[in-house]
Amino acid sequence: MLSRVLASIGGLWRSRRIPLAWLLLTRQPMRLAVALAGIAFAGILMFMQLGFRDGLFEASVTVHKLFDTDVVLLSPRTTSSIGMASFPRRRLVQTLADPEVVSISPVNWNLLLWRNPEARTTRSILTLGFEPDDPIFLDPAISSQAKLLQNRGWILFDERSRPEFGPVSAWLKQGRTVETEVSGERIRVAGLVSLGPSFGADGNMITSRETYLRLMPNSPPGNIELGLIRLQPGADPDAAVSRLKRLLPGDVRVLTKAGFEELEKTYWRTSTAIGFIFTLGAGMGFVVGCVIVYQILYSDVSDHLPEYATLMAMGYRLPGLLGVVAREGLLLAVLGYLPAYVAGQGLYALVRSGTRLPVVMDPQRALLVFSMILVMCLGSAGLAMRRLGDADPAEIF
Amino acid sequence: MQTPSPPNNRPPSAAIAVQGLSHWYGRGDAQRQVLQEVELSIAAGEVVLLTGPSGCGKTTLLTLVGALRQVQAGSVQLFGAELLGAGRRERQQLRRRIGMIFQGHNLLRCLTAEQNVQMGADLLPGLGYRARRDQAREWLRAVGLGDHLGKLPHDLSGGQKQRVAIARALAARPELLLADEPTAALDSRSGREVVDLLRRLARDQGCAVLMVTHDPRILDVADRLLRMEDGRLFDQVLEA
Repeated sequence: MLSRVLASIGGLWRSRRIPLAWLLLTRQPMRLAVALAGIAFAGILMFMQLGFRDGLFEASVTVHKLFDTDVVLLSPRTTSSIGMASFPRRRLVQTLADPEVVSISPVNWNLLLWRNPEARTTRSILTLGFEPDDPIFLDPAISSQAKLLQNRGWILFDERSRPEFGPVSAWLKQGRTVETEVSGERIRVAGLVSLGPSFGADGNMITSRETYLRLMPNSPPGNIELGLIRLQPGADPDAAVSRLKRLLPGDVRVLTKAGFEELEKTYWRTSTAIGFIFTLGAGMGFVVGCVIVYQILYSDVSDHLPEYATLMAMGYRLPGLLGVVAREGLLLAVLGYLPAYVAGQGLYALVRSGTRLPVVMDPQRALLVFSMILVMCLGSAGLAMRRLGDADPAEIF
Repeated sequence: MQTPSPPNNRPPSAAIAVQGLSHWYGRGDAQRQVLQEVELSIAAGEVVLLTGPSGCGKTTLLTLVGALRQVQAGSVQLFGAELLGAGRRERQQLRRRIGMIFQGHNLLRCLTAEQNVQMGADLLPGLGYRARRDQAREWLRAVGLGDHLGKLPHDLSGGQKQRVAIARALAARPELLLADEPTAALDSRSGREVVDLLRRLARDQGCAVLMVTHDPRILDVADRLLRMEDGRLFDQVLEA
């Protein structure tokens, strides 16, 4: 088997031809550089636009991902993390009737006004209220600090909140006691947690339900915005969701954790222009790239028309020469993609440090951009090939 | 020394046999006849020179015989195959058996001398890359350019480029060589060298040669001299 594979590779190697496409490109370094710069530019544009788009959608669920839960309960009126409606807490207690439900945790969730302790300006902050004894987060660092929240008026501040909330973490690390106002009530920052800003909220804080209810005096104590339900190990969340739907009346919505994240992403995708804007941006990059590659390949074919005609006169077939143009397109795609990929990685790192958005190079997007560049280059090559039809071997004498 | 075959007796080994070939350019009122009832036969190994004033149809004859243009009327047989009514694909296949040398060298600018010649050798079926490359080198040595294998056309002189073009044409082992004023761009000495080389190599291969030229200094390499005027072909007496 191996020897046959080797033999066929050897056969291919023996019958190889002069790499005309490669030589056509590399013997004109200036034109190649312009082409690669154009393709790389288009690639970077696509990487950035799609990266921002996916990063923003991903950022909308940074908090959602942190919850230690299998199934969630929401109000049917809840549209997104910035529009959380409340529902009776007893619905969550009812779920304990299901044999697979192991534990439940009520969570309050709202946007409150935070006063910057330094500048004295206010800003919306996402506030979560929960029972401090209840470990609702996957991150053990949060659960270990949760007992501090048993003190009334104490909160944990998200150190990855945007700087507009004030130098809270810097002050705290210097050993200063940080106190400020939330919704007009005095609170004390007891510690720092790491959650990350999301789309709807520039900053987060977590606190006990008791403190939460003090900050939100109009909120009925029996109501919650989110119910976390943990199942037995190995249980199927989808099956549990359909059982709980039958068990509960229609005034609550039951979702898996993934469904909860999807609800949020869908909100930002469909109710805002974000998806459209960034997809359009990526499309612009694609079009710009097409124009550049087409221009380059078309003028390359035009410049070499007498040479192509000579090859046809020598007995080379037109399909073979079309293949040369196609290979030029393929080479341009590969050579142009590499710098775009590297620059994309660098720019993503820059965006992450600058905006704290979770913009990462995931393989799916890397593949998508490569396919777009490939389509761009091969499509342009296909259009440039039409010029090759003008090569008339009878005209070269 | 091969004896040229008499023009009216076509042996089966004739590389080219042309009968009653006429050709027109344009359509309708603008139609203009460029070839009138041309008769021509060239045997394998024969060197035929074609002269005549410009615009008399020499190049048209060359492109018709070279299977580059569709034959309109009359018969052109290449190695026994009829070109009248032959399709694109058939003509392309026949062209593989014809070497062509152009007034301008028409080398590929992005390829070295060796690679240019190998583009000719690459047309040979069933040869490995190495064998084809070695052949290309062999041909370049044969035309006296063994030291310039890796040079781009840009770095070669006019005579050297024309010699590369000859090597490329011969590397495909053609049975017929068509040349259109191969010495036009050369000074008299390198022009002479190129023609002598062409004749010697063609002889060695048993390859027929049809060469269009205006150059009076090279007429003596011909076995036969033809003159074309206003689309008609005449035999010319060789004064050698």
